Formats: sequence, C-alpha cells, structure tokens
Amino acid sequence: MNFAEFISYGFVQRALISGVLVSLITAMLGVFLVLKRLSLIGDSLSHIALSGVAVGLILNVTPIFAALPIVMLSSLGIFKLSKNKKIYADSALGIVSSAGIALGLIIAALAGGFNTDLMGFLFGNILTVTPAETVLSVIIFAIVIACLYFFYNALIATVFDEHFAKTAGVDTDKINILLVLLSAVVVVLAVKTVGIMLVSALIIIPPTSALQIAKKFKSVLICACIFSVFATVGGVYLSFLFNLPPSALIIILNLIILCICGLIKYAKSGKIN
Amino acid sequence: MNISEIKNLSFSYTGQTVLKDINFKIAEGDYIALLGPNGSGKTTLIKLLLGLLPSQKGKINLFGNTLQKFHAWQNIGYLEQKTTTPRNMPMTAFAVVRLGLLSTKKGLKLFNKEDNKKTISLMKKLRCYSYKDKLFSELSGGQQQRVLLARTIINEPKFLILDEPSTALDSSSREEFFEIISTLNEEKKTTILLVTHDISQVGKYVNKFLVLDKQIIFYGSKEEFCDSKEVTSYFGPYTQHLIDHLHTEGTCPMPHCHSEEVK
Ligand SMILES: Nc1ncnc2c1ncn2[C@@H]1O[C@H](COP(=O)(O)OP(=O)(O)O)[C@@H](O)[C@H]1O
Ligand SMILES: [Mg+2]
Repeated sequence: MNFAEFISYGFVQRALISGVLVSLITAMLGVFLVLKRLSLIGDSLSHIALSGVAVGLILNVTPIFAALPIVMLSSLGIFKLSKNKKIYADSALGIVSSAGIALGLIIAALAGGFNTDLMGFLFGNILTVTPAETVLSVIIFAIVIACLYFFYNALIATVFDEHFAKTAGVDTDKINILLVLLSAVVVVLAVKTVGIMLVSALIIIPPTSALQIAKKFKSVLICACIFSVFATVGGVYLSFLFNLPPSALIIILNLIILCICGLIKYAKSGKIN
Repeated sequence: MNISEIKNLSFSYTGQTVLKDINFKIAEGDYIALLGPNGSGKTTLIKLLLGLLPSQKGKINLFGNTLQKFHAWQNIGYLEQKTTTPRNMPMTAFAVVRLGLLSTKKGLKLFNKEDNKKTISLMKKLRCYSYKDKLFSELSGGQQQRVLLARTIINEPKFLILDEPSTALDSSSREEFFEIISTLNEEKKTTILLVTHDISQVGKYVNKFLVLDKQIIFYGSKEEFCDSKEVTSYFGPYTQHLIDHLHTEGTCPMPHCHSEEVK
C-alpha cells in the first residue's frame, strides 16, 4: 500500500491528526518538564490515569471524564510534594506513580479483573481514535499553544532559575501549577489516543534528542516538535506496512532519532575540543 | 524614602535560630557592605528581604510596601550567591542577559529589537560580548558571573542586592566588577546591598557597614565603623586588620584610626 492510499482512510486521518497533535503538545511541554527534571510526570500521571479509567469503567462513566479530574488533582499533589524541600522531585513522581498503580489494580480487581477495555488504555490504539476525540485533541492543542505563548518567557525564567524568576516578578507557583495541570490534561488525552505506555516516551525522548543538538530555546522546541511528529507519522505508517503495533514503532523511531542526535553531538564536541 | 525597612525580624530553620531580632533601614543611595563570617545568616537575611523564604516573625518593607503588596520588581536587581540552573539549559549568554529585562515587561512578556540592542550594548560594556553566542552552561565560572551581573543590572534597578558576587572572579575582574557597580551608585544613585569578604576592595566605595552574626553586631556609617567599640570587641585582634585595610585605601577619614594604630 502506498502513502496516498494509506491516508485516504478516515480512521487513518483521525489517527494522524490526533497523533500529530498529541506529539506536538507532549514535545513542547516535554522540553520544560525535562529541564525541570519532571519528565517522569508523564509516567506518574498515566498510572493515575489508569486508576481514573478503572473508576470510570466501574461507575459506567466515560473513562476519560472520570480520569481527568483525578489526574489533575494528582498533578497538584505532585506540585505540592515537589515543593517540599525534603522530597526530591523524582521521588515525588515515584510516590504518585506507585499510588496510581496500586489504586488502579485494586479498583480493577473490584471491577472484576483486568478486562480488555483496561488493556486497551494501557497499550492504546491510535487507530481507534473517534471523531470526538480528534476534536478534543484540537481543543487541547489550542489551549496548550495559547498558554505557552502567553507565558513563554515566564516559563523559561522559571525553568532557568526560580529565585531569579521570582525577583523578576514572575509568580513561579502559578507557572509551575500551569505546567503540571497542562501535563495532566495532555496525559489524559494521550492515554485515550496513544495509550499509557507511550505517554512517557513522547514527553521525554523528543525533547532529549533536541537538547543534544540545539543551543537556543526556540530551536529546541522546534526540533522536538519535528522529531516527535516524524516518529508518530512514521510509526503509524510502518505499522501498516509490517502489521506491527504503532505505539512500539513510534517509540523505536524516537529512539533512533535520539541516537542520531547523540552521534551528531559527539561529532561536534570532537571537533571543538 | 527608605528603600527597605526591617523590623524585629527573626528566623529559624527547623529549630535552629539563624537570625535574631534584626532591625535596620536602608536609605536611598546607600551603598552597604554586609559583612559576617560564613553561616552568620547573610544569605538568609537577603532571601527574607526578597520574600524568597517565608517570613516567620517581624516586618519587612520594600519601597514603602509590605512584601505581599510589593510588585515593582523592575526596581530590584538580585544576584544570588549560588545560582542553580539546569545543566543542559539551552540558553546562550545573550539570552540569559536579555532575560533580565523580564521584570520591565507588562502583559505579553516578549522581547523586541530594542531589548536586543540594549542587551548587546551592555554586554559590550561588561566585556562579555565575545562569548554572547556560547551556551551559558558551557562558560567558565567567572564568565558566568559576568553574564549574571549583566542580567542583574540590565533593567537599571534602583536597589541592587549582590550576595558574594566576586567569589568566582580573578582579582582584576574583581576590581572591575566593583568599579562597575560603584559607578551605578555614584551616577544613578542606585542603592546597593553587597555581601562581601573583600573589605579592602569595597572599603573605598561603600558608605555603610552592616556586620551580622545571627544578630546585628554593627550598623552604621563607615566613619563610625572605624571607631566602633562593638566592632572592636566583636572582631578582636582582627579589627585592626580591617581598619588598616580601610586606612590603606585612604577611606577611613577619622583621626581615631591613627590613634588606634599608635596604641
Ligand atoms: N535551607 C537551609 N536549611 C537549613 N539550614 C540552613 C539552610 N540554609 C542555611 N542554613 C543554615 O543557616 C545558617 C545561615 O546560613 P546563611 O544565611 O547561608 O549564612 P551566610 O550567607 O552568612 O554564610 C547556617 O548555619 C546554615 O547552616
Ligand atoms: Mg551566604
């Protein structure tokens, strides 16, 4: 099947639109999260999302709507924990992550075991995205872009040096809360589209690749977006060609890009020194 | 108007009292050297003054407002003792300096051509222009300190707070550094609170000394400092050394310095 034929299908179009939007959002937020050493927030929140989805399945509520408030509250919990000087940010993420898994398992057991629905959320299937979810992706994409645009330099200052940011008049608490809440929203969206497994990878790998080769903040954002979109579109296409799971292929492509960026960085530093 | 006023300020970190009953005022145009041994609470005092630590007891005023009501951050320039920035932060020296203009921005805080020009001219003046396109994280300690000083003064703050800014600098850069900030004090009436151990180098510029060791040991003019019993009894034999320093620089105008020396 050639590419033109491939994108003529409605479900492929929805998969690509949602996939590309989710890839863009996770890449951009990921840059800030990686630099703040909060990159595992995707991992933690997606585990919480699993509990949320389980609750939704039990209560017979649309899982995504049950998950959203639970994940948002947990993201605020992460913010609170990471403000505590005695707890490292990565430990805070680990704590919330374990809590999410434990609760998810118990709730799932109460609901009568891991059913196929829950497994679907775990591994996600980008090829089953509904039209409504595509619309939701567009809306959340717009919100994230607007927030990043309005708070661009305040975000950079907060990531660079919080004490400086505060004495430059930036409300750093507000900025940090914005960052974790946006992450929460994106995780819930991503869980429904690409699956829990993939969220973390999308937040961490493209920004890390971009940080290897770009020197300016804007270039890092742009590179991360390009890498992420390329891997997602490529992964979905390859999944068709070889009949393999798209999530896994998307991760593999991202890893290949990371290796190439690492090599470029290595080659460059060899030249300078 | 007082730039800052601190009343009955006390502070402790989980049980350990670090500051006790601190009272002082900073007047417009003051250039204060804040002295004290390591661990005497200098950094803590400054962080409280700027609201970077939650205040526990006492009152802090900045430009006539309580800290909660203070929003005029464009008047403040703060250079922290230990700056912690992400190791892999993708920011050039230029971008770091320009970020200092953030406090002057209202609404959409985006930078324009004017800001870029200002950044370039200041970087030339502070002689950090040659590495403007290098990554901040890949500069040497001294180069980073120059860049951070540029970031701190680019918004032409009325009140400059510098916490041991010269530690990473070699001695000629140090001299230059003190000259730059002293010029700001002389020409623009910038109020300066400077934590330093380089008393010999700043002695000729400052007009007040604040000696801290969990409480205020001494606060007053340079003239009083040279002649103060508190200072003499606090520093002990070291006092003469301090005063000699000031004296060598020709900055201790009181005849008492001479008579002390004779004794
Ligand atoms: N975050 C902190 N937690 C606990 N104790 C602290 C903290 N920061 C400083 N201290 C203690 O407070 C005292 C004063 O520290 P500091 O204000 O940094 O002194 P200085 O700047 O004069 O060297 C020291 O004894 C130090 O150990
Ligand atoms: Mg200190």
